[in-house]
Amino acid sequence: MRAPLLLLRGLQTTLATDNGALTVVDGVDLDVREGEILGLVGESGSGKSMTLRSILRLIRPPGRVSGEILWRGRDLVPLREPEMRAIRGREIGMIFQEPMTALNPVLSVGRQILENLRAHTDLGRTARRNRTVELLDLVGIPAAAQRVNDYPHQFSGGMRQRAMIAIALASNPSLLLADEPTTALDVTIQDQILKLLLRLRETLGMAVILVTHDLGVVAQSCDRVAVMYAGRVAEIGEVSAVFAAPRHAYTLGLLQSVPDARRIRQALRPIGGAPPPPGTVGDRCAFIPRCDFATAACEVRRPPLISIGGGRLAACVHGDRLQQAEWAA
Amino acid sequence: MMDTGLLPVLSTEAAPSSPGAPLLVVEKLTKTFPRRQSLRSLIRGEPRKRVHALSDVDLTIHRGETLGIVGESGCGKSTLARCLVRLYRTDSGRIAYAGLDVGSLKGADLRRFNRRVQMVFQDPYGSLNPRMTVRATLAEALSVHRMRPPREIEGRINELMDLVHLPRGAARRRPHEFSGGQRQRIGIARALALEPDCLVADELVSALDVSVQAQMVNLLLELQQRLQLTVLFIAHDLRLVRHLSHRVAVMYLGRVVELAETEALFTRPRHPYTQALLKAAPELDPRLRSTSDAVRGELPSPVNPPPGCPFHTRCPDAIALCMTVRPELKPLLDGRLAACHIAAAEDGLAAL
Repeated sequence: MRAPLLLLRGLQTTLATDNGALTVVDGVDLDVREGEILGLVGESGSGKSMTLRSILRLIRPPGRVSGEILWRGRDLVPLREPEMRAIRGREIGMIFQEPMTALNPVLSVGRQILENLRAHTDLGRTARRNRTVELLDLVGIPAAAQRVNDYPHQFSGGMRQRAMIAIALASNPSLLLADEPTTALDVTIQDQILKLLLRLRETLGMAVILVTHDLGVVAQSCDRVAVMYAGRVAEIGEVSAVFAAPRHAYTLGLLQSVPDARRIRQALRPIGGAPPPPGTVGDRCAFIPRCDFATAACEVRRPPLISIGGGRLAACVHGDRLQQAEWAA
Repeated sequence: MMDTGLLPVLSTEAAPSSPGAPLLVVEKLTKTFPRRQSLRSLIRGEPRKRVHALSDVDLTIHRGETLGIVGESGCGKSTLARCLVRLYRTDSGRIAYAGLDVGSLKGADLRRFNRRVQMVFQDPYGSLNPRMTVRATLAEALSVHRMRPPREIEGRINELMDLVHLPRGAARRRPHEFSGGQRQRIGIARALALEPDCLVADELVSALDVSVQAQMVNLLLELQQRLQLTVLFIAHDLRLVRHLSHRVAVMYLGRVVELAETEALFTRPRHPYTQALLKAAPELDPRLRSTSDAVRGELPSPVNPPPGCPFHTRCPDAIALCMTVRPELKPLLDGRLAACHIAAAEDGLAAL
């Protein structure tokens, strides 16, 4: 088993809003191993993007992050901004859903990669320029040498996402945080970007946390998956194991909501209702109001994420009962 | 809060896959949009460039069926929807509704057509008036089209709320007080207020979370069965299109490249673009992984569509003929339509 690169323990993120403090990440426990692709799925508002931002401490005060973020054994939570900057964008890179808003529109793509190389590597001027073209080539920009001086608006959506990956790769990070990198893209371009991430992981040995709401994307590109609900991890495990036999009622519900090719034009089984607003869960399972399996046992406390064997963890009292619910049949 | 409605399982017999009478027939529909021209090119007297959004589209939508339209952004699927509900004036071609040429309709006939074909938009927040309560929105639709005498409007609003499974009391509220899925229900209720025959659903569920998507899919299936609606379901999510559609048309660069019964299309796609699209769509089964790209390259510019087959620039099977001669959308042996030289040759219908 590969060593954990990143460990989150009791990660909590609180944002300040007009209506008071809002806890959007509510005790996340997660580990990321060297070189793996970890999927982070859940509905809007489940806290998956916020978890990602919290790792890099991209939370604007008075919002705050607490708990432990152990990066190679070192806790990032107490670090001060200058120390954090040596890790953010260098050891841990990040890419976003909307490349157009993350890229600087008045600087050429090449220039933005050069900047990152200057900030995070010891390369000389010529070496930086060569490396820039190399990086664009690596991420699959055709005729990279000619396109170095192009501006983001001259790139298509897929090309922009490739450029953003090239910028993130400039510092040779050990972990890439990808926040819905393909959500805005067409399916054939999404496929190309996901395959690119898989290849990069192979060649560079870089770990990736891939935030997505698409279970298909998880099935096709991740090694392990963490399912998030109401600011917490509901279940985590190998993708094939989780998809074959979910051990949290929410995971089961998500998988059942997806149309099945064998049951064309028949009613789907949606999860009724909506996720709870942040801060309203209290000390019980957050999924109770929408759960078909809920019993009095679920009311006792918020179920902790516990090991259930096979490297899997789940925070569900009724994990065993789910196995009888033949969701795939 | 919201009732998701435990539906009875809707049988496939309810809406027969055998075609009913044609309801909407689209012939050689073409739509282009002018591009902004620079001053320099204007002074030089260069011709204005145009985006070719739809080129010679032929389609037939049968009464009672769901026709799925898939394709990537820029393929023309939304333009097609907007042409059908007359939000865009077409450049050329013909749309016939129940045998009548829509382009020549006037007065009461035109208003009747407007009522019969209703569109539901992807972004209900952008298509509902934020200052109007749901009741006001529905009442306006009902009175403008004189669907009900004034004293019956209140009752009809309640019926419509029931139909889309929203609590009647919610009619007092404004759009911002609803969640995305609920707003989408309001959009549907507004469309249904006019008792349409045909619903054009443009990316109806694309912005919703998967569990809410499933609720909307169920609603659509239920309404279609209850009201005998014909549905044009436009989406980029292949899994949803497969689930809902009787037949599916695949569009690429403003043209229909393949049109077939849903199962035939998904189990044995014949056009290389359909094949690429299906291969690129992420399967839910982790055991079915591939490591190679489904298709290379990106969509060519719709300002200068490539000559010959529009897909030849990305097609793995393209031959010299594909670069010069555009394949027509023609029936293959099993009756489906495809616009591909190679598929036609495979079926012995053309020589290469």
